[in-house]
Amino acid sequence: MLRTKNSRWAAAPYLVWMAVFIVVPLLIVIWYALTNSDGAFTLENLTSIGRYTSVFGRSLLLAAEATVICLVLAFPVGYFLSRLRSNKQHIMLMLVMLPMWMNFLLRTYAWMTLLEKNGLINKFLGLFGIGPFNMINTSGAVVLGMVYNYLPYMILPLYTAMTKIDDSIIEAAQDLGSNPGQILGRVLIPLSKPGIATGITMVFVPSVSTFIISRMLGGGANLLIGDLIELQFLGNSYNLNLGSAMSLVLMVIVLLCMSFTSTFDEEEMEGVM
Amino acid sequence: MEEPLIVSLKDIVVDFDGEKVLDGLSLDIHDKEFVTFLGPSGCGKTTTLRVIGGFITPRSGTVSFDGRDITALPPYKRQVNTVFQKYALFPHLNVFENVAFGLRLKRIPEEQIRSKVLEMLEIVGLKGFERRSIHQLSGGQQQRVAIARSLVNQPRVLLLDEPLGALDLKLRKEMQLELKRLQREMNITFVYVTHDQEEALTMSDTVVVMNKGNIQQIGSPQDIYNEPCNAFVANFIGDSNIVEGIMIKDFLVSFAGHEFTCVDRGFSRNEPVQVVVRPEDVVIVPPAIGMLNGLVREVIFKGVHFEMHVDVEGKEWLIHSTQASQPGELIGMNIGPDEIHIMARSEV
Repeated sequence: MLRTKNSRWAAAPYLVWMAVFIVVPLLIVIWYALTNSDGAFTLENLTSIGRYTSVFGRSLLLAAEATVICLVLAFPVGYFLSRLRSNKQHIMLMLVMLPMWMNFLLRTYAWMTLLEKNGLINKFLGLFGIGPFNMINTSGAVVLGMVYNYLPYMILPLYTAMTKIDDSIIEAAQDLGSNPGQILGRVLIPLSKPGIATGITMVFVPSVSTFIISRMLGGGANLLIGDLIELQFLGNSYNLNLGSAMSLVLMVIVLLCMSFTSTFDEEEMEGVM
Repeated sequence: MEEPLIVSLKDIVVDFDGEKVLDGLSLDIHDKEFVTFLGPSGCGKTTTLRVIGGFITPRSGTVSFDGRDITALPPYKRQVNTVFQKYALFPHLNVFENVAFGLRLKRIPEEQIRSKVLEMLEIVGLKGFERRSIHQLSGGQQQRVAIARSLVNQPRVLLLDEPLGALDLKLRKEMQLELKRLQREMNITFVYVTHDQEEALTMSDTVVVMNKGNIQQIGSPQDIYNEPCNAFVANFIGDSNIVEGIMIKDFLVSFAGHEFTCVDRGFSRNEPVQVVVRPEDVVIVPPAIGMLNGLVREVIFKGVHFEMHVDVEGKEWLIHSTQASQPGELIGMNIGPDEIHIMARSEV
C-alpha cells in the first residue's frame, strides 16, 4: 500500500530539485554549446574542440592510469577487509574512510609541500645523499593525487562485493584443485565484478574531470579537461559557449564509460539471476 | 579380505584460540570404506574432516594418505574432494561449468570434459540441467550438483560434511540411499560427517562416534548399536535405558532390585557396572510373571510403536511396544539375556 501512491509523492521534492537544478542547467549548457556569443545557432564550438584532442587524451590517459592503480591496490585490501571478523571490519573501514573526512584541498595541498623541490621527501632523501628528484609538476604527481584522493571509492565497493563471497566457495575452489592464482582468476575476480564496475566508475569519473589535482600537482604542462573548462568560465579565455561544448563532450565520454561498466555489471547479474 | 589403509590420522591436536577441539585423535580409514563421523555439534567431527581435506593444519600429529605424509600439503594438491555443508556452488557459473570446474583446472581436452560432465550429471539424476543457473535449483538439486562436482574429479576419497542437513526428511532418506549407491558404484572411500544417528547407521560400513574431540567408539553400525562401549555412545545412538547395576559374577547381573542372567563376562566379582537395555527389548507381561514391575506414567503414539514412560522403583524406563498400556496401569517387564548389555562404569 505504502509503495503505490504515497511513495510516489515522497519522491516529489527530489523531482522538483532535479528539474530545477539539474535538468534546466543541463538544457542551458546544451543551448550555450550550440550557439555563438550572439546567440545564433552554430556547431563551431563542438568542431573546434578538435584542437584540444591532446588535452582530452591526456585526461583520459591519466584517469585510466589512476583507475588501474587504484584497482590493483584496492583489490587485495578489499579482500583482506572482507575476511576480517565483523568488529574488526568496522574499525578498518573507518581507517579507510578517515582521509575522506579531511578537506580535499588540504589533502592535495599537503602533497604539494611533500613533493616540492625543497619538500619533505627530497629533504629526507637528501640526508642520504640521494636526489633531489623532480616530482612536482609531473603527470606522475597528478596520477598520485588522483590515486590518493579516490582510492577509498575503489576499496568500498570492492569490499562490499567481496563480503558476499562465502569462505566455503573459496575452499571449494581450493578443494577442486585451484592454486591461489586460479582462485583469483576463476572465483574472486568474477564474483567481485559488480564491485569492480562500481569502483571503476567512482574513480574514473571524478579523475577525468578534476581540475584541482592537476593544477596543484601538475603545473602548467599537465592541463586536463577540467582545467580547460574552468578557464572558459572563470579564467582568461572566458568563452561560455566553448566551455559548455567541452562540458558536453566530457559528459558524453563519461556516459559512454558508465554504460560500458554497467553492461559489464549486467552480464554479471544475468549469471546470478 | 580387508582393504589397505588410505587415510591415517595420528595423534592429531587442533586448537582454536587455545581451546582444544581435537585432543590427540588417531584414526585409520580403509580404502573403499563408507566411514561416518557421528557426534553432537562441537564434538570435532567437522574439524577432523577439514584436517583430512587440508583446510586445517593440526598443531601436532600427522595425516597420511596412501602411506605418504600429507600433513603440510595444501588442499589443492590432495587427492580428496569435499562436499560442503552449504554446497558452496559457484554462483557465477551454471550447472555444467560448476561440475566442469575441477576438470578445466587440469587442462583436460574440451571433448572429454563434456562427456565426463554429462555422464556425471546423468549419474546424479540431473540430465538436461546443464544450462541452468544454480539459483534455479532446489536444495536437493544443488546438493546433487555439489556431489557431481566432486565426484567428476575421481577422487580417491570423498569427504561429505553434513551434506543432507538442509533437506527435508523424505528427500534426505532418498539421498541417503543414493549416496550409498554412488559409493558402491564409484568404488571409492566416503568419509561422512553427521549428527543424525539414523543416517549414520543406514549408510555406513564403519561408524566413528565422537565426543569432545575424542573418539568414543569405532565399529560397524550393529556393533555400535548393540555393544555401545559407554553411556555416551549408548545414549547418543538411539534411545536406551541406562541403569546402574552390580556384576555379581560372569553371566549374572543385578539391577533394579532383580538378578538377570546375561551373556557378558570378564568383569570382576561384584563390580559396579552400567546396564543398557534398548526400549524395544523390554517385553510387557502380566505383573505376576514380570521380572520387574512398573507403573505406566505416560503413553505416546509414535506411528510404528507406542512410547511408554514407566516408573520402576523411582527410575523412569522407556519402553517401545506395539501394544499400548494405559497410564496408571501396573505392568510386568521381562528382559532376555541377549538384550542386556553390560558396560564398565564411565563418567559421561
